[in-house]
Amino acid sequence: MSPNPRKKPGRGLGAVDEPAVDVDEVEPGSDPALRALRKQLLSDTLRPYRGRLAVGAVAVVGSTLAVLSVPVLVKLGIDHGVTPRHSGTLMKCVAVLLVAIAVDFGCQRIAQRIAGEVAERSSYDLRMRLWRHMQGLSLDWFERQKSGRVISRATSDVEAVYELFSQAALTLVSNLMLFVGIGVLLVVLDPLLALVVMAVIPVLLLATWVFKRRSERAYRAVREKIALVIIHLAETLTGIRVVQAFTREPINQAQFDDINDQNLAANNQTVLLMSVYGPGIDFLGQLAIALVLVVGGLRVIDGATSVGTLTAFILYVRQFFDPLQELSQFYNSLQAANAGLEKIASVLATESSVPERAGADHLPPPEPGRGGAEIHLARVSFRYRAGELVLRDVELTIGAGETLALVGATGAGKSTIAKLVARFYDPSDGAVTLDGHDLRLLAPSSLRKAIAVVPQEAFLFAGTIHENVAMGRPDATRAEVEAAAWAVGAHAFVTALPDGYDTDVNTRGARLSGGQRQLISFARAWLVDPRVLILDEATSALDLPSERLIQRALRQLLVDRTAIVIAHRLSSIEMADRVAVVEGGRIVELGSQAELLSTDTRFAALHRRWEATLA
Amino acid sequence: MRRVLGLCRDYRAPLIMTGVLSVVVLFVVLSVPLLTKNAIDDAIRHHDTSKVWRYGLAVVGISLIRGVCNFLRRNLSGVTSVRIETDLRGRLFAHLQGLPVSFHEQWESGQLLARATSDLTAIRNFLAYAVVFLGFVGALFVGVAVVTIATDPLLAGVTLALVVPFAMVAVRFVHGIENVFVRSREAVGEVASVVEESAAGVRILKAFGREDRAIRRLDEASAGLLSVNMEAVELRAFSIPALAAISNLVIAVVLGVGGLEVIHGRLTVGGLVAFTGWLYSIIVPLRYVGWMLAMGQQAAASGHRVFEILDTQPTIADIADARPMPPIQGEVTFERVSFTYPGASAPALVDVSLTVQPGETVALVGMSGSGKSTVAALLPRFIDPDEGRLLVDGIDIRTVALPSLRGQIGVVFDEPVLFSATVRENIAFGTPDADEDEIVRAAVAAGADTFIRALPDGYQTRVGEQGFSLSGGQRQRLALARALLCRPRILVLDDPLSSVDVRTEAEIEANLRTLRHGRTTFLIAHRASTVSMADRVFLLEDGRVIATGTHSGLLATNPSYRRVLAAELELDELAAVEEIS
Repeated sequence: MSPNPRKKPGRGLGAVDEPAVDVDEVEPGSDPALRALRKQLLSDTLRPYRGRLAVGAVAVVGSTLAVLSVPVLVKLGIDHGVTPRHSGTLMKCVAVLLVAIAVDFGCQRIAQRIAGEVAERSSYDLRMRLWRHMQGLSLDWFERQKSGRVISRATSDVEAVYELFSQAALTLVSNLMLFVGIGVLLVVLDPLLALVVMAVIPVLLLATWVFKRRSERAYRAVREKIALVIIHLAETLTGIRVVQAFTREPINQAQFDDINDQNLAANNQTVLLMSVYGPGIDFLGQLAIALVLVVGGLRVIDGATSVGTLTAFILYVRQFFDPLQELSQFYNSLQAANAGLEKIASVLATESSVPERAGADHLPPPEPGRGGAEIHLARVSFRYRAGELVLRDVELTIGAGETLALVGATGAGKSTIAKLVARFYDPSDGAVTLDGHDLRLLAPSSLRKAIAVVPQEAFLFAGTIHENVAMGRPDATRAEVEAAAWAVGAHAFVTALPDGYDTDVNTRGARLSGGQRQLISFARAWLVDPRVLILDEATSALDLPSERLIQRALRQLLVDRTAIVIAHRLSSIEMADRVAVVEGGRIVELGSQAELLSTDTRFAALHRRWEATLA
Repeated sequence: MRRVLGLCRDYRAPLIMTGVLSVVVLFVVLSVPLLTKNAIDDAIRHHDTSKVWRYGLAVVGISLIRGVCNFLRRNLSGVTSVRIETDLRGRLFAHLQGLPVSFHEQWESGQLLARATSDLTAIRNFLAYAVVFLGFVGALFVGVAVVTIATDPLLAGVTLALVVPFAMVAVRFVHGIENVFVRSREAVGEVASVVEESAAGVRILKAFGREDRAIRRLDEASAGLLSVNMEAVELRAFSIPALAAISNLVIAVVLGVGGLEVIHGRLTVGGLVAFTGWLYSIIVPLRYVGWMLAMGQQAAASGHRVFEILDTQPTIADIADARPMPPIQGEVTFERVSFTYPGASAPALVDVSLTVQPGETVALVGMSGSGKSTVAALLPRFIDPDEGRLLVDGIDIRTVALPSLRGQIGVVFDEPVLFSATVRENIAFGTPDADEDEIVRAAVAAGADTFIRALPDGYQTRVGEQGFSLSGGQRQRLALARALLCRPRILVLDDPLSSVDVRTEAEIEANLRTLRHGRTTFLIAHRASTVSMADRVFLLEDGRVIATGTHSGLLATNPSYRRVLAAELELDELAAVEEIS
């Protein structure tokens, strides 16, 4: 294995810096509402497979009966074949035994196939159902959830359910049937002997219960300790420059050794438990055999039972004890699956905050010769869920073809205005209209064709340059893609790449600079040919030469469109027709740059300071 | 694999004990069916009640011995393997700490973490279970063969012949399923990366209404996973029933062939029962042989990954006769220094020569990628120059002991790192024995004291990953306090004020003006106000110093200097200034 020199890939805007470890761990079953959702989800997921599961259940019963018949046939063979020296009877028993083995083989094959297939298909269904639902949720949900959680819902939570379905469920069901069957048969064969053997069971249950409780605690301690090890190690690795600069290595090593030893102690605790439980169960099994030998032997001597029955008992005791150790593991997968189902169910119960109305409108085709569309924010207020108002009563009209710059400090509300216009959110109060159409009444397809957003970080998806440019119009021809790239000034560098437009953006040869990536996202917007373009700090992440490159492309992009430009640098808003200064969720100044500069405005003050720094 | 097994060398005593205990267990396992046989043939058939009791008690007694030995054996091998894992992890940690920054820049920390956790666990599991298990099963097979052949050679031959296909099915199953698992893990990775990408790019997907793309891509990835996993289902649907059938077949053979042997007087009924016992004792563990072999493969791969790190030699280390650096006066000289990052196409520094006087404050200014941070990384020897020398007080820093050099250089990085500890411990990171008074003074100097006192537990507030989260500016001030507390002779500030607000910046700058007295200070900065503190400014471009002078001098005469500084001023900042004024 070679080291992976690939550093963390760039993050898109939606991503929030969050460890992949989930923090919303809750004990499954603690909330009755969730419990109901979980049960509903489970039955929904399995419903399409009812028929197959029924067949599987029959197969499991068949296999269990076949397995149970083996010791009985051995008993009959010994008592009626071997002991009275009837080789014919013995051979009949062996023949029936072979049939039972064949039946078991066939039934188990069917059961395994069905269980496996249902597990695979239903977890596929579950993942896709969850994913389709997630895709319909609005942006604020993604931002609230943090990407780490979105990822674990669709991966590890689905996998936890899958683990249960694929192995645990079948083993659990067939073993439980087997246990019951063995119990019944023991009683039928020799009630007294059965009673003696079953005396071991309460001890077994008690031991298992104690073990389960102790091991839960011990394994939790192990998880906590290894987490400490990981945190310390991860911090040392990320802070290695500080560690080395401050010659902290010896102290760090001492701390790590201490944590490492704590981890050792916690692990030794689990080793101890496992080495008591495993051999303990084993001993109980041997004890049961000894009991069968003594009590059974005495009964054989008394003529109350036969040597064959004794042998059958010994075989049953083995069948009973062998799977026990495996079974104790399944409790954990059951817990994990329940937790996963609850988390998935709660996502499925979430509704989009920007729902699509039935019978939504479509925008009429643009009138010839009129570029862009008129945007109107009519007394718009906005708050995130139950938070403070981020926008208060904003009244703003942006004319068709006009470019408006939004200026203000971080948190003033600039980006919220942009998100409302793109209908990532709906206003809490008031309405946003596009050429007089309320955005909430427009069909999403129509809206997405009319408005394009270019965010700060140019996010590229795995795939070729062509696919990335054609993101908004996947059916675009190569000529159209090239025209878009040409228009924003990206064509030259794209054709210089090893495979031109077919270059995979993630291959090492195709390392694109920030400016080049942003040009591709401009081309992406250009290709959609939207009436409204929103540039949300689209040039802020670039250094000066890259920004200059982009400025030209921007001018191209803005022709004949309505545009909202949010920018950090005053140089980036030079092409704006009007400037709106946003402060505390309100628009406090609005006018052309010349108007604002001619009087004593906040914008004029900003501009003066900016010019001063250029001197 | 040999190196993984070689790890056991230092733990011989417990391993020999485990072996001895295993032999005892082996004898017990073989003797229980023998006792059963004798109980039936000797006691029950002869109606000897007292013997029945005796055999029963013997089984209990011998099982007790087996239980105790098994307990000791498992505990011993478990504890020893955890010890081996822990020791190896400590070694790995020490080694990682000693590897240079350039190594850490090449490796994703997740990769290194995996080596220190899951890879070590794979090695531990192999040593704890698989090694002992495989040895035990091998010996057991021989033992069972001996006792069964001694009891009835014909029956032994037929039944042992059945064990061979059983083992083959078990091993081939695991082999096949391991192969599927590798592809399945890849498919799971593909699913995860589609989900990750869609989560990260959700804005674009929403903005262009391309949710269908996310759904299609996940559908493809999930369908790929489904089809790989269906292969595993197929494998299981054959192997699991087949293994069950073969072990039942053993019973059928024992009953059929053994029964005939009894009828012909070559075997007793007790012997018949004992045969099933012996064969079961070997068949049950055989089921796991394949898994244990697979564990061995995983451990070998993990061992390879772990040793790959341990075998990496630290490139920046003390030379053989390194002497401690004498107390630094503060003269720093770069003598024709060139440096290229491994794998980079262009050099980061080209032929840089400069001298800084003791106590002087110099600023390094340039666009990103101009080589400023490389200069900063050379001083504490995070990297060594490819060509040229770096002298401090006339001494080549490669000739002195690293701790004595780094102990006298204070560095504040552009991205402040806090550790999961209290504020106090974070400030005293380099000098854990500093007293309260010194810590507070350092915090005051860094402009951190006020906000620290406002934290829930003041200096005892826990910060970092799981603690109180601080703003970027607050973190940077703590990092500054940390550097100041070491009373460095040379102070390197790598863009330390980039994320503090304008007001705090002014406060820290005022403190810095007094702090830099008596120590040589390297300032990497973007803001004019910070740069103006420097006695001299070096303007860097493409790894070369293209201009030297005072801030005001360069500002008046050098257009590219003006461009570099102005480019960094942003509207947000200006707006913040407006709000204050």
